[in-house]
This record gives sequence, structure tokens and C-alpha cells, in this order.
Amino acid sequence: MSISLVLAAVVGVLFACGVVLILERSLTRVLIGIALMSNGANVLILATGGRAGDAPIVGDGAGANGRMSDPLPQVMILTSIVITFALTAFLLALAYRSWQLQGHDEVQDDVEDRRVASRPDEESLDAGADAELEHTDFDDDEDADPNEDVPPVQVPVTAEHDVVGDRGVVGAEDGEERP
Amino acid sequence: MSVDLLVPLPVILPLLAAGLKFALGPRSPLVNRTLSVGTLSAVLAVAVVLLVAADRDGPQVASLGGWDAPVGIVLVADRLSALMLVISAAVTLCVLVYSYGQGNADDEEGLPLAVFHPTFLVLAAGVSLAFLAGDLFNLYVGFELLLFSSFVLITLGGTRSRIRAGTTYVVVSVLSSILLLAAIGFVYAATGTVNMAQLAGRLDVLDESVRLGLQLMLLLAFGIKAAVFPVSAWLPDSYPTAPAPVTAVFAGLLTKVGVYAIIRTETLLFPDGRISDLLLVVSLLTMIVGILGAVAQTDIKRMLSFTLVSHIGYMVFGVALGTRLGLTGAVFYVVHHITIQTTLFLTAGMVERVAGTTSTERIGGLASIAPLVAVLFFIPAMNLAGIPPFSGFLGKLALIQAGTAAGGVLVWLVIVASVLTSLLTLYAVAKVWSRAFWRAPHVALPLYGDDEDGFGDDVVGETLGGHTISTFDTMPRLMVGATAALVALGLAFTVAAGPLADLSDRAAGELRDRDVYVRAVAPRPVDPETGRMGRGIADPPTNPLTGLRRSGDAVDGATP
Repeated sequence: MSISLVLAAVVGVLFACGVVLILERSLTRVLIGIALMSNGANVLILATGGRAGDAPIVGDGAGANGRMSDPLPQVMILTSIVITFALTAFLLALAYRSWQLQGHDEVQDDVEDRRVASRPDEESLDAGADAELEHTDFDDDEDADPNEDVPPVQVPVTAEHDVVGDRGVVGAEDGEERP
Repeated sequence: MSVDLLVPLPVILPLLAAGLKFALGPRSPLVNRTLSVGTLSAVLAVAVVLLVAADRDGPQVASLGGWDAPVGIVLVADRLSALMLVISAAVTLCVLVYSYGQGNADDEEGLPLAVFHPTFLVLAAGVSLAFLAGDLFNLYVGFELLLFSSFVLITLGGTRSRIRAGTTYVVVSVLSSILLLAAIGFVYAATGTVNMAQLAGRLDVLDESVRLGLQLMLLLAFGIKAAVFPVSAWLPDSYPTAPAPVTAVFAGLLTKVGVYAIIRTETLLFPDGRISDLLLVVSLLTMIVGILGAVAQTDIKRMLSFTLVSHIGYMVFGVALGTRLGLTGAVFYVVHHITIQTTLFLTAGMVERVAGTTSTERIGGLASIAPLVAVLFFIPAMNLAGIPPFSGFLGKLALIQAGTAAGGVLVWLVIVASVLTSLLTLYAVAKVWSRAFWRAPHVALPLYGDDEDGFGDDVVGETLGGHTISTFDTMPRLMVGATAALVALGLAFTVAAGPLADLSDRAAGELRDRDVYVRAVAPRPVDPETGRMGRGIADPPTNPLTGLRRSGDAVDGATP
């Protein structure tokens, strides 16, 4: 018994598009990616139910062509559609809240990770050098954001602002200012 | 009345109570509280009864709606499931009491708290369903149930840091769920069933490569949920910002549900141990990478999150061995680790309450400021590090013994890594101990919400509702009581290590002999008095992908 090529291709395309979208920073795109992948999984389960056009449970099994299609996958898909629906609603709320709080819905890096990574060394921390450290770290972003109402604390970390770049800046400043 | 009627109760009771609580809303806190505590106590009692029954009479099976397997949905409580249920019920009960203590102290009766408690009950129901599920799809539903409640809990209050951490958590969890769903689709395509007892027979006759593919897909999906190394980075990122009781119950239970699912699939569905080398490597890397992360942290909650990842490696080690000794060690370690990790996160919540933060750079001298908290931290911390005679030591010893019995270069490497991890765990908790508790309180008291270090307000403690935490000289009695109860439970595992190890051993024996599970779900002879049909596993398997047999063909055969 073979599986429909069209369905298999649809599953593949849905998953591929979903993966691309889920790798984006914007939560809305991630959400669309997740929706696509969930639907890909649903179609995949649908494809296991047998050939299109066969009747589900038919008495003693005598359909028009003597075959019947399996009704169980459709039940499973129904469950999973409901779950995806709730999930989409939740993610939308999350994206909206993120937009409310910071004016965008980008998924951000772990701040504590960056703090640990950009920690120059123990002694400069103990010496209370962190004040300069953060100042240099976030200076340009505060300049870039004149709007006082939006707190400028959490910068969306993009390729230009990665950890290595930050560390380079911090290290340089630190070296200059140490007696 | 037979005991198997009780099997669905750990799922039904919390769901019913959650519905009632949503209807009640924030009104009448006393009724609300009684309802929550009463429900989880009832679940604990039911779980204990189930454990006794499963241990004495074998797996307890409930067919939902009166439809027997494989047509209907079954819930199965064997020794492993029942044991996990007992521990999870005990832990959730303690955390619930703790959260009431914290909520009272913060005087929060408003909206976030009215959401917290029902959601917490739904989480408990999801965890129970995942432990009891007799088929893969119900396992998926159980996972979704607990994940959804965890989404709500981790973003409770909707503060900036929680939204940031929650986003990662939600996306990664959903991705693993989609993978699991796809894997279930493939399993169904290959075998025509999702019932685990039925799969146990049908997967055996599959083509080797198809079976390996299914096994790896399921392992990946469960591995993300259990946070084993290559797919564990989400955990330390997202757990620490949630409120203390939430992190505690997540750390204790959610990853362990993933571990449980790995144990179940590796023993029941794929017992041939073909990927045990892969699992050994994974467990080794999980231990080492996790603990190295823990050593680098300065925040107590983050350090604990990394040790959590690291110690998942021990359980995977036991599963990878696949021997009776190895599984005994894994089961024992899961039980021990759920309790200890939850306790430590609850203590971290108490530290937050005393000092306003859990960053060890800002706090000090807690041993003299809050000696009770110090004791409640010290005991489970030493237990986690595996200092004799605590249960952590016994669990690690059991695993190492199982390893030496199995032998092999890779196994010895993992044994060395596990000893090293234990040592580094001791180093990590000792560092926290000496900084936060032992050193003189020379550091200035923390400043709240001033964002002094420029990295956001993550280091400042937040209450359940997401407000800045207020510090207290005195600890709410319920918080201390609940934490002390969990510490006592952890110590009880040490005192009663013999009986617990015997029980783990019997559970491992049952896992190794999968016929017990299959027979409990499948055959029940037709009752001669009532004439009721027994449970029967119908053959033949449908198989549209590999083309062996499918339902249509079977129906063809039935029609003359």
C-alpha cells in the first residue's frame, strides 16, 4: 500500500516553511511557523488513514470498493487542532504583551547568560567596576532611543550586538581605566 | 470495589477542582484553599493506594468509557507509574502549601493568584495523565495539558523578564510537542496502533531501520522535554525567572515526566538496547556540560537549574544500561531527585524573601540572619551533591554499581564522569553556601528594581503576581513548614532507603519483563457469569507505510 505523493509533498513543504519561520527572531513569524508545522503534523497523521475517498466504518466492512479508511487518525487530528488553536491564542497574547512592554515582539537572548559571558574577571567585579561596564555596554542603545517612555534596558540582541562584540568593548574599556 | 476504578482519579479530581475554582474566582479564599489542598491530598491518598495495589497485584488498568483495549483508551498504573504518582502528588501538595504561605505574606488575593491555583491543579492533572497514559497519544495529551498550564504559570503576572523567559520556553516546548506528534503519526502509520501494550508486540516485527527511525524520533521529542544535553539549553534560560513555587514544581516534575517517558519507551517499546551507546554518550555530555554551567553561575536559581540539567544525565545513564540494576538506580534516582530539586528551589524562594534576590554577588551572611533557611538549604544541597549517607549518595552508588556490573569502556567513562559531576556539584553548592550563607554580611543590602547592573531586573525577586518581592525578617510559617516537610521527605528516602531500593528493584524487574504490562492491558478471560468480553488485542497490524498489512486488507479478508 502506498501513500499519496501529494500529501507527502504537502507535509514536507509545510515542515520546511515552518522550520524557516521558527528560526526568525520575531515572535509573530515564529507563531506562523509553529502553525505551519502543526498543520504539517496533522496532514501527516491524515495520510496514515488510508486512501482518500474510502468510507470510514461501514458495517461489515463492505464499502463501495471493499475498502474502508481508518477513522482514528481524524480523531487524533481533531484533538491536535484544538490544542494548536489554544496554543496560537496563547502565543498571540504573548506576542502582544511583548509588544506592549518593549515596543517589539522579538525573542531575546538570556540576559544572565550575557552577563556571565561578558564578565571580564572576578576582581574587576569585586572592585565595583560594574558601573562603567554597563555604561559602555548599553550606552549607544540609550542614545539611539530618544523616547523616554520606552525603557531602554533590554536591547534586542541582533547579529551586531552579540556577546563576543560586547565583550570586546568591555575588555578594551576596562583595560584603559584600570590604574 | 476493585482498585482499578481509582486509576483515573488522579487526573479527574484536579481537573474538577480547577473548574470549580475558576467558577469561584477570587471569592471566599477559605473554600478555595480547602478545595485545592483537599484535592491534592486526595490524589496523594489515591496514589498511595494505587502503589500498594500495583506492587501487590500487578499493574492496575482502567478502561475509560467501558471500552477495552485496543479500541478504548486505557490508563495503566504499574509500579513505576504509581511510584511516580505518589512522589509527584506529595511534591505538588507541599508546593501548593508553600505558595499559599507566600501568597498570604505578599497579601496577594487578586487576579494573578486566582489564575495561579486552578492552573496549578491542571498542571497536576497533566502530570498524572502523562504518568498513567496507556497509549502514546494520551501521553501526548498529558504533555500538552501540563505544558499549557506551565505556559500560564511561567508567564504569570506578565512582567518583562517573565515574558522574555517564557517566550523561549513556550517555543521550545511547542517544537518538541510537534516532533512528538509527528513521531506518533509515523508510529501509527507503521503499526496501526498507538496503544503501548499493542505496540510492544507490533514494533518487533517492523523493519529494523523503520524501528530505529521511530525510536530516535520519540527519543528526540522526549529528550527535549527531559532537557538532556544537546537539547537542554532552554531550561536554565527559562526556569529561574518564574516565581519560586512554579520553578520548584517545574524543576521537580516536568523534566522527570520526560525522563519517565524515555524510560517507558525504551523499556516497553524498544527493549533491544540498540541505541544504548548513544544514550551513554548523551548522559555523559549532559552530566559534564550541565555541571560546568552550574559552576559558572552566580545566581542560586540559575545554578540550581544547571545542576538539574546535569543530574538528568544520571537517570539517562541508568536507562542506557538497560539492565535491571541500571533501571533500579534510575528509578531510585528519579524519586530522590524530584524531591531534592524541588526542595532546593523552594529554599531559593525563601532566600529571595530574606535577601530580596538570589544573586550570590549581592547576598551574604544568611547563616546568621536566617539560620533556619540555612539549615533547610544545607541538607538538600549536601543530598544533591551525594554526600554519604544521604539518598543522593545511595542513588549514585546504585548507578555506579550497575555500571561496573555492565562493564565496557564507554560505561567506565560515564562512571568517571558521574563521579566528577558529583564532585563538581559539591563545589557548586559549596560555593553558593560559602558566599550566600557563610561569609560575613559585608555586602550592602540589595537595591530593588534600580537596574543597577544594566542587565534588566532579572536578579530582583518577584512575587507570584510579578511585583517586586518584599523582604521579611520572619518567614511565613506555611513556607517553612512545606519546605521542612520536603526536606524530611528527602531524609526519609535515606532512612527508608532499603524498602525504597527494593521497590525500585521490583519496578525495574517489571519494566524489564514487558509481558507483565502487556498481559495486564491485553488479555482478560471472558467472565463466565456476566458474559462480558475480555480485553483482547486484535491482530493484524495495519501498515500503510511499509505495506505489510492494513485495515482495508483485513476487512477484505473478512468479507466473503
